[in-house]
Amino acid sequence: MSGSGTAIERRPGIIRLAMRLRRTQIGVGLAGFLVLVALLGPFVAPYGSTEFVEMPNTRNAPGTVFGTDYFGQDVLSRFLFGGRSILLLAASATAIGLVLGASLGLLAAYNRGRLDEWIMRVLDVILSFPQVLLSLLVISMFGPSRVLIALTVGFSTTPRIARVIRGAAVPVVERDFVAAAEAIGEPRRRILFSEVLPNVTSSLLVEANLRLTYSVGLIAALAFLGFTPSPNAANWGLMIQENRNALTVQPWGVLLPTLALALLTIGTGLIGDGLSRVSAGIDRSGDRG
Amino acid sequence: MRRPPVRAAHPRSDSETGMPPILTFILRRLVLGLLTLLAVSILVFVVTQALPSDPAKAILGREATPEALAALRTEFGLDRPLLVQYLSWLGDIVRGDLGTSFSTQLEVADYIAPRVGYSFFLLVVGALASIPISLIIGSYQALKRDGRFDTGASLSTLILAALPEFVVGTILTILFATTVVQWLPAVSYFEEGAPPWSDPLGLVLPVLTLVISITPYVARVMRAAMVEVLESDYVEMARLKGMDERTVLWRHAAPNAVGPTFQVIALNLAFLAGGVIVVERLFNFPGIGSALADAVVGRDLPVVQFLALVIAGVYVLTNLLADVGTVLATPRLRTRLG
Repeated sequence: MSGSGTAIERRPGIIRLAMRLRRTQIGVGLAGFLVLVALLGPFVAPYGSTEFVEMPNTRNAPGTVFGTDYFGQDVLSRFLFGGRSILLLAASATAIGLVLGASLGLLAAYNRGRLDEWIMRVLDVILSFPQVLLSLLVISMFGPSRVLIALTVGFSTTPRIARVIRGAAVPVVERDFVAAAEAIGEPRRRILFSEVLPNVTSSLLVEANLRLTYSVGLIAALAFLGFTPSPNAANWGLMIQENRNALTVQPWGVLLPTLALALLTIGTGLIGDGLSRVSAGIDRSGDRG
Repeated sequence: MRRPPVRAAHPRSDSETGMPPILTFILRRLVLGLLTLLAVSILVFVVTQALPSDPAKAILGREATPEALAALRTEFGLDRPLLVQYLSWLGDIVRGDLGTSFSTQLEVADYIAPRVGYSFFLLVVGALASIPISLIIGSYQALKRDGRFDTGASLSTLILAALPEFVVGTILTILFATTVVQWLPAVSYFEEGAPPWSDPLGLVLPVLTLVISITPYVARVMRAAMVEVLESDYVEMARLKGMDERTVLWRHAAPNAVGPTFQVIALNLAFLAGGVIVVERLFNFPGIGSALADAVVGRDLPVVQFLALVIAGVYVLTNLLADVGTVLATPRLRTRLG
């Protein structure tokens, strides 16, 4: 990035500042641990993700640590396999939302006037759909494929990100270095991405974190409702749904994925709080997915 | 997320019409809300009927017989131009002709009507329980700023706000209904046609889940608003005049802090319009949320279309009320308008 004209005051980066806070450290620890479990779990799982091991819902099945689930599969192995797809889908959805949302937000802030009005009005319509609803609407017609889940969750995130980035970019657009860039005839794309964008990175970072937290929850919730890319795939959300009826006899099938999702979202939530604490003027505490 | 309340703060005062500005403002928001609803209906139509290359096949699946496909195409008039399809679809809905549910074979209106009551009841109880709790928590935090209660509450709200609702609900089920203690039923149960308050015990966990998922957000904003208000000149002034602390708090501080909080309350209620889908499913609560989840599984197009409109409509309406409410609840904005 060539944000050379923007070096008005050099402060330590907000990531480094945030990392000095205890809450961010705990958050990174929690989220990092669960990301590791989700990504590396499949390699250390003792059984296959859909392998029949013992009688269903047996807590002390021989050869297992946490017993078997509703279908006689190893709970630990299902758990170790079950985070990867949620995490990857949530990360792709957030990336899609960030790229689209940031581009639209910057475009609206820079152009103002009619284009701004149009972009924000159209995004308002998407905003009228709770995120779960939009995803369900699309899934009902096209089925829960991987690409589609990432795309719809990404799209439903876009207007939320665009609003924030637009808000952060409006004051930046009015500053002198943007006028200077216009004067020397820099193309619009360069002005947006090399001049304006580097000045809204704090907002972008906080927003990315917030949206990732919500996307994990949303994608796991869709799985909980039964919408996963493949029907019997190991998935934390789906595991909770599958093993819910046996909670009194074999709680592990629900406990492990619930704890994992809780600690993962708490971890990213703590990181987000740390980030917004060190970036002055960004308070997203009242915001909602 | 919402448009910043700033926009609501600058309605053009319309002197030509002779109407009070506040009415002009409400009217303009109403028209905007209606336009949004229209756009919402277009989006629902596009996703469900225009985008799929063959909606009949998307609904009935690959194994459908040609006769079944043909019958469905006739029923929805899928061979007509898209604009005609959209207008007749919208016309039917406006006239209250919602079609027949594929999976239950009931009229959509008859199938959905009782469920709307259940969901509405759940939402209202959840809202009535959580709003006072969160306002009190937030205000008390602001009063005892940086004290032990404030620190504890800040951390708890931060943690609870991060949790997805179905995880909250599952944790509550584990704690109170199954694994740890079994004081409460894990699912709600209603006799056919019984009112939603006929199973009060079964309501506890769903309502608690909603309360836990709203309260952190509202409490955090109330705290911030209250902190700001308590540091303001007019509160300082009131104190210097020698008013007792309680009057300062209830007459001067609280009313000004509620304004910004209003927006967040509404935002959270609107959010719940979607959140109930998962919570109802979790507790087998027979509202529109579980109906929608069932309809999506069964590809019950008329039900999906209608419920999507209803839920998005609630969302738009709540936001509209929030904008109007913010202006009415914020003394500063009210005087600017009046």
